[in-house]
Amino acid sequence: MSERRTVFPGTALPVLLLAPQLLLTAVFFLWPAFGALTASVQRSDPFGISTTFVGLENFADLLADPLYLAAVWRTLVFCAAVSLLSMGAALLLALCADGVVRGRVFYRTALIWPYAVAPVVSAAVWLLMLHPQIGWLTPALEALGIAWNYRLDDTQAMLLVILASAWKQVSYNFIFFLAGLQAIPANVVEAARMDGAGPVRRFATILFPLLAPTIGFLLTVNIAYSAFETFGTIEALTQGGPGQATQTLMVKVYRDGVVNLDLGASSAQSVVLMAGTMGLILLQARLMRRRGDAS
Amino acid sequence: MSARLELSGLAKDFGRTRVLAGIDLTVEPGEMLVIVGASGCGKSTLLRLVAGLEAGGAGRVLLDGRDITGLDPAARDMAMVFQNYALYPHMSVFDNMAYGLRIRGLSRAELQARVAATAELLGLSALLDRKPRQLSGGQRQRVAMGRAIVREPRLFLFDEPLSNLDATLRLAMRVEIRRLQKRLGTTSLYVTHDQTEAMTLGDRLLVMHEGKPVQLAPPLEVYHRPANTYVAGFIGAPPMNFLPATLAGDGSAACLEGGHVLAFADGRRAGGEGRALTLGIRPEHVEVVAEGLPLTVDLAEPLGAETILIGRLPDGRLLSVRVPGEMPVPERLHVRLPARHLHVFDAASGLRLEPI
Repeated sequence: MSERRTVFPGTALPVLLLAPQLLLTAVFFLWPAFGALTASVQRSDPFGISTTFVGLENFADLLADPLYLAAVWRTLVFCAAVSLLSMGAALLLALCADGVVRGRVFYRTALIWPYAVAPVVSAAVWLLMLHPQIGWLTPALEALGIAWNYRLDDTQAMLLVILASAWKQVSYNFIFFLAGLQAIPANVVEAARMDGAGPVRRFATILFPLLAPTIGFLLTVNIAYSAFETFGTIEALTQGGPGQATQTLMVKVYRDGVVNLDLGASSAQSVVLMAGTMGLILLQARLMRRRGDAS
Repeated sequence: MSARLELSGLAKDFGRTRVLAGIDLTVEPGEMLVIVGASGCGKSTLLRLVAGLEAGGAGRVLLDGRDITGLDPAARDMAMVFQNYALYPHMSVFDNMAYGLRIRGLSRAELQARVAATAELLGLSALLDRKPRQLSGGQRQRVAMGRAIVREPRLFLFDEPLSNLDATLRLAMRVEIRRLQKRLGTTSLYVTHDQTEAMTLGDRLLVMHEGKPVQLAPPLEVYHRPANTYVAGFIGAPPMNFLPATLAGDGSAACLEGGHVLAFADGRRAGGEGRALTLGIRPEHVEVVAEGLPLTVDLAEPLGAETILIGRLPDGRLLSVRVPGEMPVPERLHVRLPARHLHVFDAASGLRLEPI
């Protein structure tokens, strides 16, 4: 791979070009992040007038809180389910779309649409389908003997937010899987056919191993997505309920901090999350670099 | 072990374009049949139809009398060597060669033995642990050959296997492919656009042009008696000279545009006086003489062992002449077109005209 580099003369122009992005990062990321760091080692009085330095007490409380640990576990399950579901569905769709000759542009465009839908709008779409009172799929489920009401049933609520979150991410995964499949030379697959391999074996021994770098990359992206970017979808669908059945770590930060105004605990949670994000980003960067080496 | 391949009425359209029109062909057991033609003549499509990689063609493919037309490639027991080698990039050389054998459920010991024997045959024994990207072009080519050979298939299909190699390597691999094929005795179809490969490798050649078979014959027959002007121009390097002429002297001679009359050595041609002809003569058959057709030399290409002279006849027609060795290039010389080396074609259809 050849690298293209443009060198700007002087320093004024580069600084000018970088300034807007740096400003945005400072205002919307660095400042709040610093705020969270400070708040995580403080406790505020009930009226929010004075704050006291408490060291790592907020973090200690967090680790001793069974509700927090339950949320950690819930988030792990949620991430795994969303990643598996959306990647599995995307891979299946990409395998189908790769073979399509007629109408391929239509299918590809249609499959990319969900990515452009705002989380709240997508949640509204799922509500229209599966709302206990107005959802048009609800009667069908009841006809099948399923008492569908995700506002009462923990499992159903979790299922709904997993489905809605996975659906939104399918498009993104689909694009990468399709690109990955198309990067595999057709002749290699044909050689396997000539060697006597059927479709299942070809997938297992040729396509899947050659997609491994794509899968590794998508896995980190999907985990990051399900952990940090599904807040909008969950908040719009269940607000973390019923009870705390769909309260992932991200939702919990919002609930505890913004709704219940426990700023110290909430900030400690965001700091933990921030550390987790950084870990994931480092992992992804390493995977990307290895992917670059392989090609 | 060697199979007989029969094709009947094999045809294929891409949309409204007919890329392959009704091929009938029998490849005898152990034969190496080379399909040769310019790019886009349908030769690769023909090969892919035989392999089963191309769906939706018309006609039938028979292997040892059994109709395999609708069969999946996996069930045909053929091996193919691709132009870009198509090795499995994530597998070692050993695994590349063992892939087809594993599918056939060979025992571990037998698999090891067969891969080892084939690697030995191709000089790959030291490379078995390498990945394809760690190999040179020539080595990859050998692995691709090995992957085909090790399975002991009923038919080899070669799709321009030497096109991606440099000239020296191509020559060496050409010799090797021929030697291996003779030794293994496996029926083979070999597709190429290179006329040297076609001449040297094939027991028989099938020359194709615009989706149609033009001539099916042993290489030397194609060289000596090309079926039409296309074949005549395609096989042989430098290509055959063509001169417009008319039938003269009761069909026993041709009159060139400049009025020069050439008598046929092998007899009269049908058609009346004045029938439009195309006369062909290969550069290697044009003789340089003291007295004859004057030729103004435009260009000389010294190749060491021989020199190609390109000049103009008095009527302005180009004529190339191949003379052995090196020679000082004269501005003018005289040439003779020996009657026994003349090829006579109909000017309109391009078809070869045999004596009556």
